[in-house]
Amino acid sequence: MTRFIFRLPDIGEGVTQAEIVAWHVRVGDRVAEDQTLVDVMSEKATVDMTSPVAGVVVAINGEAGDFVPVGSTLVEFEVDGVADSSDTKPVPAAAVSPKPAPPVKAPAKQAPKKTPVPPVMLAEPESAIRASTDTPLASPAVRRRAHELGIALQYVPGSAAAGRITEQDLDDFIARGGVAAAPPIDSQGDRYAKRHGVRETKLIGLRRRIAERMQEAKRNIPHFGYVEEFDMTELEALRRELNEDRRENRPKLTLLPFFMRAIVALVPEFPHINSRYDEEPGVLRSYDAVHIGIATQSDAGLMVPVVRHCESLDLWGCARELSRVTAAARDGTATRDELSGSTITLTSLGTLGGISATPVINAPEVAIIGPNKLVDRPVVRDGQIAIRTLMNLSCSFDHRIVDGHDAARFVAQLRRLIEKPARLFMDRP
Amino acid sequence: MNRSPMTQTIKTKVLVVGGGPGGYVAAIRCGQLGLDTVLVEADRLGGTCLIRGCIPSKAIIHAAGQFESMARAAQAPRFGIALDTAPRVDFAATTRWKETIVDRLNGGVRALLARAKVRVLSGWGTFSDAKTCKVATAAGEIVIVAEHVILATGSTPVELPSLKFGGRVISSTDLLSLQALPQRLVVVGAGYIGLELGIALRKLGVAVSIVEAQSQILPLYDAKLVEPLRRWLERHGVAVYVGAKVLGLNSRGDAVEAETRQGDKLTLPADRVLVTVGRQPLTSGWGLEEMAVAMHGRFVKIDDRCATSTSNVWAIGDLVGEPMLAHKASAQGEMVAEIIAGKRRRFDVRAIPAICFTEPEIVSVGQDLDAAGGDATMVGVFPLQANGRALSMDAGDDGGFVRVIARKSDHLVLGIQAVGQHVSELAGEFATAIEMGAVLEDIAGTIHAHPSLGEAFHEAVLKSLGHAIHI
Repeated sequence: MTRFIFRLPDIGEGVTQAEIVAWHVRVGDRVAEDQTLVDVMSEKATVDMTSPVAGVVVAINGEAGDFVPVGSTLVEFEVDGVADSSDTKPVPAAAVSPKPAPPVKAPAKQAPKKTPVPPVMLAEPESAIRASTDTPLASPAVRRRAHELGIALQYVPGSAAAGRITEQDLDDFIARGGVAAAPPIDSQGDRYAKRHGVRETKLIGLRRRIAERMQEAKRNIPHFGYVEEFDMTELEALRRELNEDRRENRPKLTLLPFFMRAIVALVPEFPHINSRYDEEPGVLRSYDAVHIGIATQSDAGLMVPVVRHCESLDLWGCARELSRVTAAARDGTATRDELSGSTITLTSLGTLGGISATPVINAPEVAIIGPNKLVDRPVVRDGQIAIRTLMNLSCSFDHRIVDGHDAARFVAQLRRLIEKPARLFMDRP
Repeated sequence: MNRSPMTQTIKTKVLVVGGGPGGYVAAIRCGQLGLDTVLVEADRLGGTCLIRGCIPSKAIIHAAGQFESMARAAQAPRFGIALDTAPRVDFAATTRWKETIVDRLNGGVRALLARAKVRVLSGWGTFSDAKTCKVATAAGEIVIVAEHVILATGSTPVELPSLKFGGRVISSTDLLSLQALPQRLVVVGAGYIGLELGIALRKLGVAVSIVEAQSQILPLYDAKLVEPLRRWLERHGVAVYVGAKVLGLNSRGDAVEAETRQGDKLTLPADRVLVTVGRQPLTSGWGLEEMAVAMHGRFVKIDDRCATSTSNVWAIGDLVGEPMLAHKASAQGEMVAEIIAGKRRRFDVRAIPAICFTEPEIVSVGQDLDAAGGDATMVGVFPLQANGRALSMDAGDDGGFVRVIARKSDHLVLGIQAVGQHVSELAGEFATAIEMGAVLEDIAGTIHAHPSLGEAFHEAVLKSLGHAIHI
């Protein structure tokens, strides 16, 4: 038997570390070659690491949520045969683990595994918290200390006989920040019963990434919001017609491809809105290309796949790419390239919509465009009440880059294009 | 024009009114915590408990037990011991002996207060407002202005309108200072005080009758617990009339007239009539009405910190409610002192043990059968007859037992009672078990020393679990 050491391989350009998202093996497991060992995440791609050897797992390094540097030991195996004759001289990972090649390089062959939902870590499931009418069972010393600390023992799980709360239980409760284990919800219980449970969920993987990025965007970017009302009646009529007549191999048109094309049409006039702002050197990069991020809800959380080069796609092309990248994001097969590099972002809650929103800018971009819900409303047109299909558009801009006036002009132009959709298909007059 | 006499004013952090087991403990604890403290007591330090209650009565009970033991030996040899002549009692001497004990304890309290640097004022205090108290001392009036006031005025015996104290009609306080024993004693009220003293006097050879308005002696305890006591009274010729209402003294003033529930009239000849129908909080005569303190019935209303409705006025002990027991008052006093010193405290106890120093003794901690009987509980009873230590003290044949009541679902001990000679000393273990939240298995897993009465507790627990060894 020899020891084989599996290290985190280089999984992509400039990647120096990855986050462990989920383990699929435990110490003592016998694994076959190619069996999945662990999911790791770098930037936005989740990669499943498969075993280059068959053997028994004898050690595992890192827990879900930990960041591990490239080249560090992930798993140690006892293997039969010759893989490595020395415990102390591990073979370089690249040499022995060809399987988990960087997915970015070959996305088709090495499709990343669907991003798992981060496990919810319950505070240890302990005995039930007593009803508030029950007298908590604890020694006088524990009761006194709890009272001094302002802790109601009703909420402290007791581990001893009859649910008695020991000194240790109180210490543990305090160590958890005074958070009790979740009480089991009694399905036959009183529907008006007070609930006292708190579940602790460690943010790992995508959720942590989302949290960090949102925090960063909100902290760094002076957002300003702008809402305008759009009359969607004509566009909706056109969209309905196009959908009815569309060829079989064409995706159904939603509103978003129209907005994508409208943005493309406006970028020459508003280049700084299709930009990324690099704070550190203080450089704004305005792009000729229009790479539109599409905020997408996946099981794991918010992802922003990117439709690249929208300027090169017609309406149907936009619809097709939109459909493809969002599907890839949802099922976890989106590649790193498909999840990065956008220059402006569209966010739509679809039919949920809302009447208004305050979207958070997808940093380092400077603008995010959010169509809201379509509603038929009576409006005054030419002195007459007419039924029109109206929609609000909620946008946020980086006020460091975009002045209010420019934003208002941009949205006004967008409105002209959307309200008279024929303009979308014509050269500028 | 009258010139008002010079009045001394003392400003203090804490004023404690009442030097009983509530007040003096509060004052000592205040002193320990470095609080400037004044204690006012009109009588001797120690309160009802030390001076005219718990301790004196226990002394008399002890003497009575010695007398009875000798009297029985004079009748017929016991344990191989015979007395040729019957013992005699000089009750005035007994009372004097009792006083020596009281004096020692009183001196002890005084010394403890001095060591805690508590200033003691002897005199009657009267409040003019919630924080100002005038004390009439031998050296003149002293006005005390305090930041915090602890009211610990205690209680006094309740008088029956039909049997006013005076002449033959006496309170427990009077009885404990009698210079001669009566020939016939009628006890009105079969609570623990009346029974303890009535039994003691019976042991001293007094003919005793007991009248109780409710249908059971010791009405606050369940019938099984009281049964050995009832049998002792029966065997020793104590006439017990339960469900009987006292009408008053007869016209000659030498007998108590009472009426049974059936309407029969009783005439009970008496040289002394001991009225022990309860105690009432001492709420008048010292200016309580000037303090704007809310009441709860006849008691001063308090919260779980013994705070009254007036800020920084605290009340403890008999003044604030049942049970009127010294150890409750002391616990409250200690707590209030700590609260005043800035600690976070509340009165949070699971059980206040109660003891009757009757024959046999009764101790009850936590819930009894009346409170906790039923399907949700399990009960284990172990007779002292099967306890070697009890037999070796000739204490096994009066029907005594130890009983434990536990919750069926998790075996949590809810209540522990015992009846039998010497069982009062088990109160501490019982209370500890309940306060610590013991389950039956905790007691079962605790080795109890042999030979001791405590083994009966262990066995009662084993019995409740279905595997007692010695029965």
